[in-house]
Amino acid sequence: MAEATLRTPPLDRARVLQWLQTYGVYAGVALLLVVNIVITPHFMSAENFRTQAVQVAPVIIVALGMALVIGTEGVDLSVGAVMALAASVTALYLGYGLLPALLVVALFAAGVGLANGALVAFIGVQPIVATLALMVGGRGLALVLLPQLEDLRNPALASLGSGGVAGIPYLILIAAALALLVAFVVRRTTFGRQLLAIGDSRPAAQLAGLPVRRVLIIVYVACALLAAVAGVLATARLQASDPTSLGNLMELSAITAVVVGGTPLTGGRVNIAGTVAGAVLIQLLTATLIKHDLPPSWTQIAQAIVIVCAVYAARGRGKR
Amino acid sequence: MAPPAEVLAVRGLSKTFPGVRALDDVDLTLHPGEVHALIGENGAGKSTLIKLLTGVYRPDAGDITFQGRKVSFATPLEAQKAGISTIYQEVNLIPLLSVARNLFLGREPRNRFGMLDVTRMNREAEEVLGTYGVRVDVRQPLRTLGVGAQQMVALARAVATDARIVVMDEPTSSLEPREVETLFSVIRRLRDAGIAVVYVSHRLDELYAMCSTVTVLRDGRRVHHGPLADLDRLALVSTMLGRDLGDVREEGATKFSGDHQAADTRPVLQAEGLTVPHKLHDVSLSIRPGEVVGLGGLLGSGRTETAKAVSGALARSSGRITVAGVPLRGGSTPAAIRAGISLLPEDRKSEGIVPGLSVRENIALAALPRLSRFGLVSEARVDSIVDTFVERLRIKASSPHQKVGELSGGNQQKVLLARWLAMNPKVLLLDEPTRGIDVGAKAEVQKLVDELAADGLGVLLISSDLEELIEGSDRVVVLKDGAVVGELTGDDVTEDKLMRTIAGGGDPAHDAAKEAATDG
Amino acid sequence: MTATKTDAPVTTASDEPADATAPVGSARSERLSALVQQHGALAVLVLVSIVASFSFDSFATGDNVSNMATGSAFLAIVALGMTFVIVTGGIDLSVGSLFALGGVLAAWGSRHGTLVALLLPLVVCGLIGVVNGLLVARSRLAPFIVTLAAMLGARGLMLAITDEGANTYLIGKGSFLAELGQGTTLGLGNPVWITLALFVAGAVVLRRTRFGQHVYAVGGNEDAAALMGVPVARTKIAVYTLSGALAGLAGALNAAWLASGVTILGNGMELDAISAVVIGGTLLTGGLGYVSGSLVGVLLLKVIQNIINQIGSLDSSYQLVVSGAFLALVVIAQTWLGRRRQLV
Repeated sequence: MAEATLRTPPLDRARVLQWLQTYGVYAGVALLLVVNIVITPHFMSAENFRTQAVQVAPVIIVALGMALVIGTEGVDLSVGAVMALAASVTALYLGYGLLPALLVVALFAAGVGLANGALVAFIGVQPIVATLALMVGGRGLALVLLPQLEDLRNPALASLGSGGVAGIPYLILIAAALALLVAFVVRRTTFGRQLLAIGDSRPAAQLAGLPVRRVLIIVYVACALLAAVAGVLATARLQASDPTSLGNLMELSAITAVVVGGTPLTGGRVNIAGTVAGAVLIQLLTATLIKHDLPPSWTQIAQAIVIVCAVYAARGRGKR
Repeated sequence: MAPPAEVLAVRGLSKTFPGVRALDDVDLTLHPGEVHALIGENGAGKSTLIKLLTGVYRPDAGDITFQGRKVSFATPLEAQKAGISTIYQEVNLIPLLSVARNLFLGREPRNRFGMLDVTRMNREAEEVLGTYGVRVDVRQPLRTLGVGAQQMVALARAVATDARIVVMDEPTSSLEPREVETLFSVIRRLRDAGIAVVYVSHRLDELYAMCSTVTVLRDGRRVHHGPLADLDRLALVSTMLGRDLGDVREEGATKFSGDHQAADTRPVLQAEGLTVPHKLHDVSLSIRPGEVVGLGGLLGSGRTETAKAVSGALARSSGRITVAGVPLRGGSTPAAIRAGISLLPEDRKSEGIVPGLSVRENIALAALPRLSRFGLVSEARVDSIVDTFVERLRIKASSPHQKVGELSGGNQQKVLLARWLAMNPKVLLLDEPTRGIDVGAKAEVQKLVDELAADGLGVLLISSDLEELIEGSDRVVVLKDGAVVGELTGDDVTEDKLMRTIAGGGDPAHDAAKEAATDG
Repeated sequence: MTATKTDAPVTTASDEPADATAPVGSARSERLSALVQQHGALAVLVLVSIVASFSFDSFATGDNVSNMATGSAFLAIVALGMTFVIVTGGIDLSVGSLFALGGVLAAWGSRHGTLVALLLPLVVCGLIGVVNGLLVARSRLAPFIVTLAAMLGARGLMLAITDEGANTYLIGKGSFLAELGQGTTLGLGNPVWITLALFVAGAVVLRRTRFGQHVYAVGGNEDAAALMGVPVARTKIAVYTLSGALAGLAGALNAAWLASGVTILGNGMELDAISAVVIGGTLLTGGLGYVSGSLVGVLLLKVIQNIINQIGSLDSSYQLVVSGAFLALVVIAQTWLGRRRQLV
C-alpha cells in the first residue's frame, strides 16, 4: 500500500507468488467469509459482524503500531505489557475522571515507548531484546500498580466500550480512523518516507542525513501509544481492569496480522491495508474454529501454522 | 614446455536467473601452472562463472570436467574438497573466531578422542602463516588483524586445502601495494607448484604482470580467449567493452579534462586539526570553489576517515570545520549536510543506496524536508527535481519507480550524486566514486565530477586508482597513518611524486608540506 | 581502469616483510573489555552473594543454597540450549512452552516407566526443535517468529494432551524418575548433578569439537562460514533441536521434582533463559559466547530472586520489574562493551 514500486517479474511462478504476497490476505479473508456463510449458522447477521469487529478492533490498533515498527526493521514485543499497563493506570486514575486518566495512560505509554526507542536508537540494542526487557518489566509494573482484576464503574468509560454512532461501535470507528491516519502518515509524509528508508538501509539513511534516532523513537512511542489505546478500549469493553491477562500474546497476534498482511519483517515496506486485513483474517479463523467447537488447543496450533505459512509466503520479498 | 594435460575443462556452461541470461554457452580451459585472467565489465558473468565452478550455483546447461572427471559440485565445500578453492574480494572469514581456528575451520587437527587439538592447531597455524609473511598471535580473534593480513589468512586457507585450482576474485581490491607484492609472490609459488590460478581483476597492470592467458566475458558470453600477450591493453579494453578501438583511443585515459581554473578565492571548505582517536591525528585541508583536491595514501591511511570526519559521520575529538567561512556547529551528519557538505560513501551498496526504494525516492531522500510542507511531501516538487537529475546525469532506469537495487553500479552511483546535487551542496566528498562500476559508467562519472567542479563546487576526491587520482585532482593531499605527510601541487601532481611522498614519510620536506597543508 | 594506464608500479619498495600485523586498536583495552564481558557476571554474582549473606541470615544456609541450586537447575538446562542457539545468532522463544510440554509428557509417560518418561519429552520437544531449525535454516524464516509460532503450537499441543489443561498427570512415588528428580547425592539434588554434567559436556562440545566451531562460525559470519564449507543449515537445525530437547528434558526433570506435570509452568521462561545467556556474556548478535557464563547468569538471576523473596515485603510482581530492568541494564552494558571492542 505504501510502496507501489512493484516490478513485474517475467516468470509465471514468481508472478503468482507476488500476487499471493500482495493480495493473498484479501483472498484468505474472502475465502473464510464464503466458507462461514456456507457452514456456520447465523453467520450473516449484523450482530455477529459487530461482535467480530469489536473483538478485532484492539488487535488492529496494536498491529498498526507494530507495522510501523516492523517497517523500520524492528519489532515491539512490549505491546501486550503496555496494554496491561494502560488497564492498571486507567483503574488507578479513573477516580479523577476519564480524561485525566487517559492522559496519565498516555504518559506511561510514552514512557515505555521512549525507553524502547532509546534502547534501540541510542544504545543500539536489538529491538527484540530491548522490547523483551520492557515486556517483562512493563507487565510487572502493571501488576505492581494493580495486583488483580478490578471492576470499573464509570459511565464515560462504559459508553466508550459499548456505545456507538448509528449502530457502529466507537471501537470500530476509532480503529478505522487510526488505520486511515497511519496509512496517510506512511504514504504522504516525510516521516513516512524516512521511516521506510531507515528500515531498508539504516547506514544509508544515516549518511543521507536523515534524523534516524528521532524517527525510531517516534515510531516506538507511536507503537506504545497505539497499544495503550487498545488497552484502554479493551478495558472499557470489559468494564474491568485485568492487568494479569489483558494483552497476553498480543505481540504475537499483532506481528501475525502485520506479516500476514504483506509487510516484510526485513523492513523498508509497510502495508497498512494488508495489516488490517491480516488482523481480520486471524479473527475470522479463530472465530470459525471456536464456533465449530474446536478447543483452544487446536485454535492455538492453527494460529501457529497460519503464522508460519504467512512468514513463509512473505520470505524473499524483503531485501536481498 | 609441452602443455600438460588440462586440469579443468568447462564446456557450454549456461545459467539463467529470472529475467537475466547470466552466462551463455561459455567454455574455459585451465592447465596446471597457468595463471588465467578472467575479465569483463560488471554483469559480464564473471561472478556467475566462478560461482558455478565453486558449487555455489548449479549450471542450467553445460558440464565441468575437473582432472579428467565430470563433476557437479553441490556446495562450495564439495568444490573445496575436490581441489577448487576460492578467495573472495571481501575477506570471507569469521571475524570473532581466532586466527588459527579460522585457518583450520572444517579440517581441525583432532586428538584420538575426536576433540580439537588446540595446541597443535595453533602451532601449525603459526608455521603456515609464517611462510606468508604473517606473524601474529594466532589465538587472537581474526578481526584484530589488518585487512591485508586477513586476506593472507584467507589465501593460506585456500591453498592449504590441497587445491589444484585457486580462484581469486579481485583479491587486491583492499590490499596495500606491498601486500599486493606478497600476494604476487604467493601466486608465483602456486604457479611453480603446478596449481592453476583464475585471476579476476579490474587492474590491468596486475593482469599483465601475473597472467599468461585470458578469457574475456561480455554479456554472459565468451568473446575472447588466448594468451594475454597477444592482446595489448587497448585491444583488451575494447574487447571487454565491445567497442571499436578508435573510440577507446579517442576517449583517452580518463574523462578528466585536467587542471581546473580554481578561482583564487576563499576556501569553500576548511578543515583544521581534525582528530579522531586511533584514526586521525591533526588532519588539515582546504578546498576552494571549483577545485578538485585529491586525497592520496594507502589503505588505512585515513582517507575515508577524513571524509567521514568532515561529513560528521565519524565523531571527532577535536578540530574545526568552516564551510564558506561559516564555522560548522555540531558534529552531526545533518548539520554538515545543512552547511552544504555532501559525502558519497565508499561502500555504495550498504551505506549509499536504499535498495528497496525507487530511484525517485532515493533521489529525493535527503532533500525531503525541502520538498515538503508541514511534513507532507509535495509529489509535484519531487517529480520536478527527479526529472531534472535523471536527465542531467543520464540515469538509465526503466522508470523513476524502478528500485535502485536493480540498477547497475554506475547508475546507482549517479542516483547518489543526484541525491546530493538536489541539496545544492557547496562541497562534494567523493570516496572511491568509480570503484566497482564498469568502464563506460566510470568515464561518465569522471566527466561529471569535472563538470561539477567547473560549476564551482569544491570536490574532495578519494581514489585508490592512482591514475584517476592524479588526473582528476588539482592538488593531492597525502595521508599516512592518519596524518597529513605531504601535499602535491601543480606539476608535482604525478604518480611518481605521490609514491615517493607515501613511501618517504620521514623526509625533511614532510614538515614543510604539513605546514603548507595546514595553511591551506 | 582505462586503456592507456601507464606501467605504474603497484608496489613501493618492500624492504620489510609484509606482516600487516599491527592490531587495529589498543590491545590492553581490548583485553580488558573482553575480560569484563566474559567474567563480569561472575564478579557481580560473587559480590551480590557476599552482600546478601551479610544482610540476610537465612541466605547463606545449607538449605537455602541447596534449594537455590535445585531451583536453578531446570532454568540452567534450558539456558544451555539457548546458549547454542544464540551463539549461532538465533533465538528460541519456544523453550518455555516446550518446558511445560516436556513436563506434561514426562508425567504422562511415567506410567510406562522411567525410560519412556524421559525419552518421550526428549523426542517430542527435540522434533519440535527440528521443525524450528528446518524453518529457520532451510526456509530462511526469522528465528523469533518461527519460535514464537512454535511457542503457541507447543502450548496448544500441551493443552490438547491435558484436556485443555484440566488434567494433571502425576508421577508415582518411589519410581526411578521420582528419585531422579527428588533424590540427593552428596547433599545436592540429583537435578543439580545432571545439570553440571550437561554443562561440562556442553562446554566441551562448544570449545573442543568441530560442531562447536561450526556453531561459532555460523554466528560469526554466516555467508563466510558457508563458503568455508561449514554446513550452515545442518548446524542451525542441530542447535534448535538441541535447544528443544534440552527444554523438554528440563521440563521432565522439573516434573519429576514436583512429582506431577504442571501445565501452567514455563510461562516467560524463554525470557529468563535469554536473560541468563546474555548476562553470561554471550553476544546476542552471535559468534561469541560461553557456556559457563550462562550458568553464572542463571545463578545470578536466582540469587536476585531469592533476595527479593527474603525481603518478603515485596510483591512477587517486583520480580518481573527487576528482571526487566536487569536485562535492560545488562544489554546496555554489553552493547557498550561490544561497541568499545569493535570500535577500534
